[in-house]
Amino acid sequence: MIAIKNISVRAFSIWAAGIFLVNSALAAIPIEHWTQASGLQIYLVQGQAIPMVDVQLDFDAGSRRDPNDKAGLASVSADMVSKGVRAGSADEPALDENALGEAWAGLGARFGAHASTDRLSFSLRSLTYPDLLSRAVALAARQLAAPAFPKDIWLRERDSLIASIKEANTRPATLAGRAFSQAVYGKHPYGFEMTEASLMRIDASDMQAMYRELILPCRAKVTVVGAVDRAQADALVQQLFARLTSDNPARACAALPALPEVQPLDKPADVRVAFNSAQSHILIGQPGYKRDDPDHFALMVGNYILGGGGFVSRLTTEVREKRGLSYSVYSAFEPGLHAGAFTIGLETRPDQAEQALKVSRDVLSDFVTNGPTPEELKAAKNNLIGGFALLIDSNRKLLGNVANIAWNKLPLNYLDTWTQQVESVTVADIQAAFARKLQPGKMVTVVLGPAKP
Amino acid sequence: MSQHSMKRYALAILPLRCFFWPIITVLVLLLGSAQAQTPAVSAAQTRQFTLANGMTLIVKPDRRAPTAVHMLWVRVGSMDEVDGSSGVAHVLEHMMFKGTPSVPAGEFSRRVAALGGRENAFTSHDYTGYYQQIPAQRLEDVMRLESDRFANSQWSDEEFRKELEVVKEERRMRTEDNPIALMHEALNAAVFVASPYRRPIVGWMSDLDALTAQDARAFYQRWYVPANAAVVVAGDVDVEQVRALAEKYYGTLPSRAVPQRKPRLEPRQYGLKRIEFKAPAEQANVVLAFKVPSLQWQEDSASDADALALTVLSALLDGYQGARLERALTQGPDRVADSAGADNGLWGRGPQLFMLTGVPATGKTAAQVERALREQVQRIAREGVTEAELARVKTQWVASEIYKLDSLFNQARELGTQWVQGLPVDADAKLIVRLRAVTAQQVKSVAERYFGDDQLTVAHLLPQPLDNQRKPRPAPAGMRH
Repeated sequence: MIAIKNISVRAFSIWAAGIFLVNSALAAIPIEHWTQASGLQIYLVQGQAIPMVDVQLDFDAGSRRDPNDKAGLASVSADMVSKGVRAGSADEPALDENALGEAWAGLGARFGAHASTDRLSFSLRSLTYPDLLSRAVALAARQLAAPAFPKDIWLRERDSLIASIKEANTRPATLAGRAFSQAVYGKHPYGFEMTEASLMRIDASDMQAMYRELILPCRAKVTVVGAVDRAQADALVQQLFARLTSDNPARACAALPALPEVQPLDKPADVRVAFNSAQSHILIGQPGYKRDDPDHFALMVGNYILGGGGFVSRLTTEVREKRGLSYSVYSAFEPGLHAGAFTIGLETRPDQAEQALKVSRDVLSDFVTNGPTPEELKAAKNNLIGGFALLIDSNRKLLGNVANIAWNKLPLNYLDTWTQQVESVTVADIQAAFARKLQPGKMVTVVLGPAKP
Repeated sequence: MSQHSMKRYALAILPLRCFFWPIITVLVLLLGSAQAQTPAVSAAQTRQFTLANGMTLIVKPDRRAPTAVHMLWVRVGSMDEVDGSSGVAHVLEHMMFKGTPSVPAGEFSRRVAALGGRENAFTSHDYTGYYQQIPAQRLEDVMRLESDRFANSQWSDEEFRKELEVVKEERRMRTEDNPIALMHEALNAAVFVASPYRRPIVGWMSDLDALTAQDARAFYQRWYVPANAAVVVAGDVDVEQVRALAEKYYGTLPSRAVPQRKPRLEPRQYGLKRIEFKAPAEQANVVLAFKVPSLQWQEDSASDADALALTVLSALLDGYQGARLERALTQGPDRVADSAGADNGLWGRGPQLFMLTGVPATGKTAAQVERALREQVQRIAREGVTEAELARVKTQWVASEIYKLDSLFNQARELGTQWVQGLPVDADAKLIVRLRAVTAQQVKSVAERYFGDDQLTVAHLLPQPLDNQRKPRPAPAGMRH
């Protein structure tokens, strides 16, 4: 056995990773957190082993804030950040998309933006050799502060996006997902969909306006993981945001308008879509829960047992392992600032669709009514607690976890207490939480496939 | 070849060009960074051993966190199949989860889960791999489990019948409802005549229909022999302890001869081949596949020098935002494409292809995109490339090699793919030396010599209207090839 390791080896691990993992039950990950004068919040985990750093900037500018007639604005604005930078001082000419691409390639670094439903995120990955890092941060700072949003490039990107939307509309997964999303979210922004029509209403000036309002230091959550100490991280972030200023500081960080919540479903919906595909696509679900819900751990552990846990979940056992009905079957929650969907999904040969649907519904309804068995809960805890270190064993994974803490205002010791939180979940907790959150009698069901299999 | 079929959900497996370079020297040279210093991850020594029965063991310590990845690689993939049994390597990969005399069906996954582990498996043209990501102190447990199923996999015909249906669902999901995948399947079947690369990894549907449990058992018996397998361990481990465990669990398995492999070499192509592939879609699609040399890992080989130069060429065409193809095809008022790409296979157990791909912009034709793609290669053949471009792509690669150190899984995967090709664990060091030596003149030269018509196969996807009230197609068009 190599289970018992001597202290010096452990000490080396701790030093090398900059993280502190004696064993999963005693894990302590030193997250440093401070706020700069601008109001900008920084979360840092040092890891000196590899000469690289990852920086993630999160803003409350995800697609949930898209105007409902301009769905896609956050997403396309994020894409357009890489399409050009305005001129700066005299020795800083404007850079077009190609100049930017060449510059990042030449630095061996990466910078980009991406929008999800809740966040508009920027990410920078660079080596930490000082001259390289400072050049990378300087370029990122220009790009963050002064994206050009060139109109001609936007018109080109728009054409290309519309073509890819049309192509996606020929695929069964796109159409099933759309029908599901519309039925689950109704008019909530989580259900907004970028379409040809919504793109045609978006102008480069919309991007500028959104950017001025939402992309400000005082609204930023910044996560840094890698080979920088606190002082270096502070200076790096200072430099990164140095050019990003508001033209109206007084207004700059007024609270953003609250958005409505996802409405619960009041009756079941059975959506059938005729489509000439080799497989029928089945989606079952409803609005789930918000990330700040106190039931989070019970739901997360419960879902591992129901349909989240690899080959050993109930859904995989019943649908795939016992009956061979599907290659992939899963259940998932998507908790966010609003109640993201709970979804069960699978694909199967059309003549088996009704059988697979029935098996999945039976598994769900049994789980919601009776909860897991004590043996299932024990197995889930073994996996989640035993495998905790696998959640944080690289800079990339740490970055995601720490950004999650920053974004969701979780306590700084969230990762340290994670295994205890999992350990404390009981069968009764899961049963009660699922009964509170899920109503199998009022769910949306989408079955997309050939009309007459 | 970079296509994989996975036992479970889509887990992105990147193209198999595995450069694993000694980073620091190269960085100083390429980035001109005066401050470049030796990082805390010194090039941890990767060690390779041959166990008593001929099995290979490769160990890479990485002590950043108390986790490890354990992989078992078998040098057998879909290219080792014969006609009529396509897909059997991948079906067997699925069946390896279905038990042994001491570990009942489903129990392997339950035990790995109970250890806190994550697991999966993958099949390519060239190899089959199985892995577990685990807390490092659980390494022995997964070595015990994996060695058991390597030697003693055993399951009923009924288990086989059920799992075969799962694999067919996988084929429907990945291929039959995906026009681009169908087109690539048809393209491969057109490009290769004798090479087993012509068959899809997942198998033709009619071969899956006809596959028997005995076919899978025979394939297992034939190919899963110690001298045809390697164990790769990376993570918070001690080399000598891993070696002792490997001797205990793997080294004691009875040795058997590795079956003879028929070469099945691809004959030379004499002239352009072209396929038109009709599928329900909105966008057309263009693929140009040029036969090119595969890296054979010989010093002073002109063919190897060309293979390396072709990889540099692909990066100059498509290696970063604003590289040549993007600039020439997707920008400006007369742009012909919504996207364009280039990729060189570089190495593999079978013949390699240099691929140019493009999606025509609205109102443009596949023929226009085909011409524009070829024109960009011809331009390099006429005018050559700049030193600045060369430096840029080399820098980018070198930096990527440092970033790659962040992932234990990728490090183990690279070591496994190198072993499959018969390369030593220091192949990385040798590769970078040779790649750095590629000159602008060599790139120009390969652009001149490898992109004529005679070694080329072209595929155009011709979009067809959707008809959603029609009965399902009896079989996808690609099946006819």
